Amino acid sequence: MAARILFPLAVVLAIVAVALIGGSISFLQPLFSVALLYVAFAIFFFGFMAKVINWAKSPVPFRIPTTAGQEFSLPWIKWAKIDNPSTTGGVLMRMFFEVCLFRSLFRNMRTDLRSGWLIHSPTKWLWLLALGFHYSFLIIAIRHLRLFVHPIPGFVETLDAVDGMFQIGIPPIYLTDITILLCVTGLLIRRLCLPKVRFISLAADYFPLFLILGIVISGLLMRFVFRVDITAVKALANGIVSFHPVVPKGIGAIFFVHLALVCTLIAYFPFSKLMHMGGVFMSPTRNLANTTRMAYHENPWRKPPKFHSYEEYEDMYREYMKEAGLPLERE
Amino acid sequence: MYDSGKVIIGLLIFAGIFLFPFLYNHGSPAAKPKPSLDTPAIKALPEKKCVEDTQFMITTHMQFLNNWRDQALRDGNRWYVNKEGKKVWISLQNTCLKCHSNKKEFCNKCHNYAGVDPYCWDCHYDPNGSKL
Repeated sequence: MAARILFPLAVVLAIVAVALIGGSISFLQPLFSVALLYVAFAIFFFGFMAKVINWAKSPVPFRIPTTAGQEFSLPWIKWAKIDNPSTTGGVLMRMFFEVCLFRSLFRNMRTDLRSGWLIHSPTKWLWLLALGFHYSFLIIAIRHLRLFVHPIPGFVETLDAVDGMFQIGIPPIYLTDITILLCVTGLLIRRLCLPKVRFISLAADYFPLFLILGIVISGLLMRFVFRVDITAVKALANGIVSFHPVVPKGIGAIFFVHLALVCTLIAYFPFSKLMHMGGVFMSPTRNLANTTRMAYHENPWRKPPKFHSYEEYEDMYREYMKEAGLPLERE
Repeated sequence: MYDSGKVIIGLLIFAGIFLFPFLYNHGSPAAKPKPSLDTPAIKALPEKKCVEDTQFMITTHMQFLNNWRDQALRDGNRWYVNKEGKKVWISLQNTCLKCHSNKKEFCNKCHNYAGVDPYCWDCHYDPNGSKL
């Protein structure tokens, strides 16, 4: 059990160590920045596409939506339009709540044995931490655009200003920095401390958590402790997306640690559970309307069956049947 | 591929978001800014040197100035002793901007490039009159 936790942790620490060494040696810096980023971006982009296309090639022969409410039936029975949709509009609503608000996590229940009774009760921690983590990550990713593109789009500057609106410290600490740190730590504690969750957790569950925690910590250290020349970082990032890569001098090793962890995350993305980013849209238990009996659903790989009628049979064996004196419909 | 219409629309949205930074710059990066040191006060200096060494000032000036503010305004101590043991009078307008009298060509260059909007100028003004 411990190897499931310690192995991914060791891998993350090894990446940190390698990047720390590689980032300190100036002739290795192009390898640890430009080359690494292009390779990681390519793996992410094409890997993601390939995975989704592969999924789209799998037929879904019948409707398998999860029916989390009363299905459409008789007019006097109240129909759960979003939880058990039978129209495209209902499915769109359901997908919106699932993708944007994590509705299925909101329904999370805990089960305990309390004085001999099996009690189910709602628990919202997982939903809260997951929501906080995902939105923080999204905002942080958008904020990073300021280092990739120039002139900086207005929405990035606005988001930056709103995220740092409390102006605590210099450079100001972002709200999402605090929430992502709290939420990722919370999600890790959940895996480590809840016995049932820990039992089903694998190395592939811990690895992204350690990676993301490493990214957050290295990013915070770079911003607040081991400062790097941000204009040099922008010149690097801007050069990469403009296909004129340069590696300016004087970027501290901490930057290469941050970058190596990010590149590992995005290169690992298409092969991991992180593909739920694309997968949530592809999941037939969410995106199908519950029209099992309302509409005719034809098996997508159905071919018209080959019938062999008695007439054909008789044509085939007429001679032999005649010889054996069997009765024939046609002579 | 099943439901190819919907899947292709989804993949196009994904590709559009992912490729946005690659397309936005049209393949030509913005020039890395060079803050100008071309002011009369700096030209007159016998040795072109800031309060601390250049690399430190480039990466850490914001934290440094924040400490200056705290020391001057909260502790009431306006003398800073740098790493070489030289005493410096703590004042943004009278010390920093005395040499760097070209805010537009100096401060703003990198701040605009990196999308940083420091709140120095909520209280301070530029005595050399450049529009803020």
